[in-house]
Amino acid sequence: MIQKEKLTHPIHEGLTVKHICKQFGTVKALDDVSLTVEPGEFFTLLGPSGCGKTTLLRIIAGLEMADSGRIFSGGKEITRLPAMKRQVNTVFQSYALFPHLTIYENVAFGLRSRKFPEDEIRKRVDRRLEMLDLGAMAQRYHHQLSGGQKQRVALARALVNEPDVLLLDEPMSALDARLRAQVQEDLRRLQRKLGLTFILVTHDQAEALVCSDRLAVMRDGRVIQTGIPEVVYDNPQDSFVAKFLGAANLISCTKVPGGVQTDFGFLSLESEPPWQEGMVAIRPEWIRIGEQQPECNGIRAKVTEIVYRGSSFDLWLEPGHLRVRTSSYRRIDPGREVWLELAPEELVILKDEAN
Amino acid sequence: MKRTESLITWYGELTTRRHLLKRGGLFLVPGLLWLMLFLVLPSLVLVVVSFVTRGAYGELEWVFTIENYKRLAGFTLFGWTADYLLILWRSIVVAMVTTLISVVLSYPLCFFIAARSERNRYMWLTLVMIPFWTNMVIRAYAWFFILSPEMPFAKLAALLGCIPDGAPLYPNAFAVYLGMISMFIPFVTLPLYAGVERLDWSLVEAAQDLYASRIRVFTQAILPQTMPGLSVGIIFTFFPAMGMFVVPDLLGGAKYMLVGNLIQQQFGTSRDWPFGAAVSMGLMVLTMIGLQIYRRKGKEIQVV
Amino acid sequence: MRRNHPLIIAVSYLTVVFLYLPLAGVAVFSVNEARRGTVWEGFTLKWYAKLFQNEWIMEAAWNTLLLAVISTIVATILGTILAIAIDRFPWKRRTSNYLDIILHIPVVIPDIILAASLVVAFGLLRVVSSIFEPGLLNMIIGHITFQIAFVALVVRSRLVAIGREVEEAARDLFASNWYLLRKVMFPLLMPGIFAGAMLAFTLSLDDFVISFFTAGPDSQTLPLFIYAAVRRGVTPQIHALSTLIMLVTVVLVVTTERITRR
Repeated sequence: MIQKEKLTHPIHEGLTVKHICKQFGTVKALDDVSLTVEPGEFFTLLGPSGCGKTTLLRIIAGLEMADSGRIFSGGKEITRLPAMKRQVNTVFQSYALFPHLTIYENVAFGLRSRKFPEDEIRKRVDRRLEMLDLGAMAQRYHHQLSGGQKQRVALARALVNEPDVLLLDEPMSALDARLRAQVQEDLRRLQRKLGLTFILVTHDQAEALVCSDRLAVMRDGRVIQTGIPEVVYDNPQDSFVAKFLGAANLISCTKVPGGVQTDFGFLSLESEPPWQEGMVAIRPEWIRIGEQQPECNGIRAKVTEIVYRGSSFDLWLEPGHLRVRTSSYRRIDPGREVWLELAPEELVILKDEAN
Repeated sequence: MKRTESLITWYGELTTRRHLLKRGGLFLVPGLLWLMLFLVLPSLVLVVVSFVTRGAYGELEWVFTIENYKRLAGFTLFGWTADYLLILWRSIVVAMVTTLISVVLSYPLCFFIAARSERNRYMWLTLVMIPFWTNMVIRAYAWFFILSPEMPFAKLAALLGCIPDGAPLYPNAFAVYLGMISMFIPFVTLPLYAGVERLDWSLVEAAQDLYASRIRVFTQAILPQTMPGLSVGIIFTFFPAMGMFVVPDLLGGAKYMLVGNLIQQQFGTSRDWPFGAAVSMGLMVLTMIGLQIYRRKGKEIQVV
Repeated sequence: MRRNHPLIIAVSYLTVVFLYLPLAGVAVFSVNEARRGTVWEGFTLKWYAKLFQNEWIMEAAWNTLLLAVISTIVATILGTILAIAIDRFPWKRRTSNYLDIILHIPVVIPDIILAASLVVAFGLLRVVSSIFEPGLLNMIIGHITFQIAFVALVVRSRLVAIGREVEEAARDLFASNWYLLRKVMFPLLMPGIFAGAMLAFTLSLDDFVISFFTAGPDSQTLPLFIYAAVRRGVTPQIHALSTLIMLVTVVLVVTTERITRR
């Protein structure tokens, strides 16, 4: 018995994609993408439009075939399974609700097509509709609903099937900004409550940070960095991630003993950069601003512009076009000289070399 | 697992290209076969027949000749005559004038309808749609009746000395134009209206601010925006108008013959299929040239 | 709401008057007592009543209806399948261009050319079989040929409007081919098929040229009847027949609009 257990390969219960490649004509949409999503995890694919995130989602859903690579879900290979045989459901960007069916029939569709008994269908559909606050809408048609309601119907229609993985293709893009923030939180809560695996595709970094347990930043068909949001935010691997996730000051520099030389002087670093010439990054909110010269990595700079942002201010400073975000209300007039501290532990060494 | 062909997804279905094309072919067969049999093949037959000889009793003699085309170009036993070419030319002119006037009348009508309240708009559109769908024989007949000697129009014309007393206002060019234009106005108005309804008036207003001249406002702001609808309208008017034969037959008679009448004559009373086929080919060539010019111009307009 | 220039309003009214004046004239004199002339002699429906006693007209009406119904049914089936074939399969660009051209030929070319080529083709086929004698069958074939293209174009535009995502959603929700076709595609396509069929039906009723060229002695239709009758002179009975056909057209147009607008 023990021997047999050893022989059995421990199969991952979540979703795994391995070495996925996909080409459209001459465009490489996905270039050797590998990912693992843990069961019950809220995972986000984040990237600008055209980075291949939606294509990856469609490949997982079975709506697109990868040129090469394999997909596993729930411990089974699903690479060559058609969409209708995958325990994966999708919330489409446009929601793709069936316009000729009522909301109730929309939600029941996945169960009906698998010939569930009628009372089972009613029980499940009613439960989902109640859960998503759609009970009163059951007999309406999709053109009678608001954007937020449509989105919840699309969600209910997918969730009623209790999929191994739920895919969400930019589900908030049709909603207005105010509603979006609300829906992001709701979605996060829903996922926690159900304990299902969610994979969200978005180009909105704030959405990714709010919702995900882990996220993957994609660019030009590749995954650049994967990790929990805080870690990726604090330690962006390269200038693309640093800029795409939040605002960052990128400083080009040359390696010297103990640190780097920049346009505005020497900065000491915690570790040695892997390049001769490259970039370091610092978030605007991590730069300390003061009247006295700090002990280490101090820069004398002149305030050029002040931008009020509600809960904080953005200051633009010379030299180096630095952006500093400060929450304290202290009137600093443009033209004034201040001391900045770019502490070594806050400076992130980026992977990309100067070219 | 043996893999002979790569899988693709198509509208969410997992399949292979070959399988899809096989199924697609199956779907294509009935309709395409029909069109091949009764549209493409007969057209080719018409081409062939235009090169054969008419027998003494109207039957086809399989002696190949270009005599029919020479005849169309005006070469007869007794020398050259422009009769047939004149008919072709007249057909082009009539089609052009008809299209032009229909467009000129359709623009105001479209603006007018677009400015009505929603309920009234529907009513006015239906009002244009009814003649559009009314059988053209009936519409030509209605003109035939209205211009007849007993009706006030002919009496008025006779009073003014334009026509002899007690004569109808046909057959002549004027009657043909009246009939043709009224026949084709809805053909322009309906497609054009779709464009006018979606017109972005802010552009028109911006143009009014910038140029002030009405003509430039029209050519710079309105025309480009309504171009797609107008194109459909022009295609639906110009080409059918060229081949029209009911209207010229009833209202133009032998005095104002168009190419449609000429073709009909060859297949009817004259029983000269080869020459009828040749004239049809002439009309076909005109249609093709027209479409080609139109596509070129259309592209230019879209680029500008 | 935009205000129109008075000139625009004037031209619009005149245009509509221009469109309706002859038709209105015919309608008015169809209920006039007088057999000839333009003198109003009182209201009557006797010309309408006489229509229904006229054997020729009843037969022509029957032929018109038979022709329209049969050709519409066949053309709707063929056109719908053709539209699906063209839109829903991964044809090479070249193939779909050719298909597109074939589909547009009957729409663009003057119908007299189609009529002429059918006359010649049927004429030659007559050598093979006598069923190609001029008559109802030839007319039906001719009508179907131009109707197919119109039906296919209407249904295709509906297919394009339905788009890919609804089908993908159905697949994602475990629908098999048959289930997808029955529960999603067919209901969604139905308004398009209906609109295509109505268009085909109206086109058939409207047609004169194709019928005129392919008709035989026993297959008189109403438009052919009117055309022949006009040459013999204008009568109130023809007025009544024309008005009746116009009314049928109005009913068809309005109901089609009502149904497809929903």
